[in-house]
Amino acid sequence: MATALAFSFAGSADAAPKKDFKLAWSIYVGWMPWQWAAEQRIVKKWADKYGISIDVVQVNDYVESINQYTAGGFDAVTLTNMDGLSIPAAGGIDTTALLVGDFSNGNDAVILKDKTALADIKGQKVNLVEFSVSHYLLARALASIGLTERDLSVVSTSDADMVAAWATPEVTAVVTWNPLVAEIIATPGANKVFDSSQIPGEIIDLTAVNTETLKDNPAFGKALAGAWYETMAIMSSDTPEGKAAREAMGKASGTDLAGYEAQLKATRMFFKPDEAAAFAKSPEIGATMDHVRSFLFDHGLLGNGADSADVVGIELADGKVLGDTGNVKFRFTDAYMADAAAGKL
Amino acid sequence: MRLINRRPNAGAGRILALLPFIVVLGAYLVGSAARLAENPNDKLLPSLSSLGAALQRMAFSTDPRTGDILMLVDTEASLYRLAAALAIAVAIGLVLGIAIGLLPYFRAGLGAFVAVVSMVPPLALLPILFITMGLGEASKIALIVIGVAPCLVRDVALRVGDLPPQQMIKAQTLGASTWQIVLRVVLPQTLPRLIDSLRLQIGPAWLFLIAAEAIASESGLGYRIFLVRRYLAMDVILTYVIWITLLAFLMDRGLALLQRRAFPWFAAARATG
Repeated sequence: MATALAFSFAGSADAAPKKDFKLAWSIYVGWMPWQWAAEQRIVKKWADKYGISIDVVQVNDYVESINQYTAGGFDAVTLTNMDGLSIPAAGGIDTTALLVGDFSNGNDAVILKDKTALADIKGQKVNLVEFSVSHYLLARALASIGLTERDLSVVSTSDADMVAAWATPEVTAVVTWNPLVAEIIATPGANKVFDSSQIPGEIIDLTAVNTETLKDNPAFGKALAGAWYETMAIMSSDTPEGKAAREAMGKASGTDLAGYEAQLKATRMFFKPDEAAAFAKSPEIGATMDHVRSFLFDHGLLGNGADSADVVGIELADGKVLGDTGNVKFRFTDAYMADAAAGKL
Repeated sequence: MRLINRRPNAGAGRILALLPFIVVLGAYLVGSAARLAENPNDKLLPSLSSLGAALQRMAFSTDPRTGDILMLVDTEASLYRLAAALAIAVAIGLVLGIAIGLLPYFRAGLGAFVAVVSMVPPLALLPILFITMGLGEASKIALIVIGVAPCLVRDVALRVGDLPPQQMIKAQTLGASTWQIVLRVVLPQTLPRLIDSLRLQIGPAWLFLIAAEAIASESGLGYRIFLVRRYLAMDVILTYVIWITLLAFLMDRGLALLQRRAFPWFAAARATG
């Protein structure tokens, strides 16, 4: 009772309207537009329209960006659906998936050395970033051929060292993401045996916002959505301006126009707000989040004393809740994307 | 009475020793309570009870996925790496240190080289180690050895150089060979000092161990910390940090005790000196 009171008090204390907001992003094909939009002053234009300011901050380390958001250092962050559930939501930070940017459609892959079938992974040591979407992809890949993680052993390896690790003879199987996949596949003997295009729509990249902040400051959500879809329209266009945008995003992520476009091919970008809104509302999201939460629960990632996958509630765009309705901490909404589609921003 | 001459009595001394611990613990509890009041699921500063639950989960119950007691497995893996690396580093430190400190030819040939090598930041070599020695145990142990051994070599060489030359002359007039001087004059006086030096290197050794485990591992205390960092499990991280600190502290005390037992004359000399 006392904690509930304290919580509601803290909640209302937070409710003071804000003017200045911070968005954290990290390097990934689907999030590069944020930096470009900030540089082109598109973000500023939309923030000015709503009389607020938005600081777009690049964080070098993806997990660190989520941790900083969870600790309260940022109002919004770019992350995957899985990390959104396991880090901020399981940590009690009510988080709303404001924008569904894309889903991985081949960007994440299981790669074997000198073997060509997924079933050959049995008994091998598999190097991956443990508890990341790579780990999730591996679990889904194994399930597709009736194996489990007990049939192999997982070696936690930092993504920064993945390419170097692949070069050593003892590493024979890795699960990782682009641009690392592209680099590893280019070496002799590397075979892609499973990738995220075989589980389309399950690894979703989001721009997520603190729910409390969003509720008190809808202008923040509107400004983000406005800036995002203006950027999407430019980068997807077949004009010199669009090409220049893609080239700049490729350079900023350490590759070039061709490399960036290759990554975009393995990414199902939602360039149009109506497509994004339709995907956010689709029943597939519920099925995906069910897979994701049972993966997280099986691996002990839903926090202290979680006794079932239901412990953290997930609200879908149609208002249906997966899990504990009294502890909804992760929400999908199509509201802002729909507003963008309807030109109401 | 001047401040420098005032001493606490035994009881006051104990209270003063405890005071900083109590202050830190108190500050933590206040901060934790404030954050938890705002968000009962807060992961940043977990309450003592969730630290206890994490300890219970990691140290006293088996992991449902692997059937292992994780903290035990991690501790064994880390201590094995640390012990192997420190044993190698001590052997290198003793042999090279005495050679450089005592034999002019070695000093001329290796002194400057070791001095330069000891300035190479070991962590910067980590990517090279992983490529040349693989991701297994060898490269982790090598990193600790590279980090610790040059300091031990230089310290032992300096200590050997500090030995009074009269001892060497006296031993030679009594007919001792170089080898006998090493065994009977240098080694007994160097060993207790090597222990001192090793005590100072325990902190860096842990640092290198944890850095190596952060990159590629299946077990180890550092591995677990970097793994659970992925979902901000500060309850596990803090439990492990306390455990690592305790292990390092016990290693330090153990070496101090060994030094006192094995070389009682050294402690006596230090007390009067």
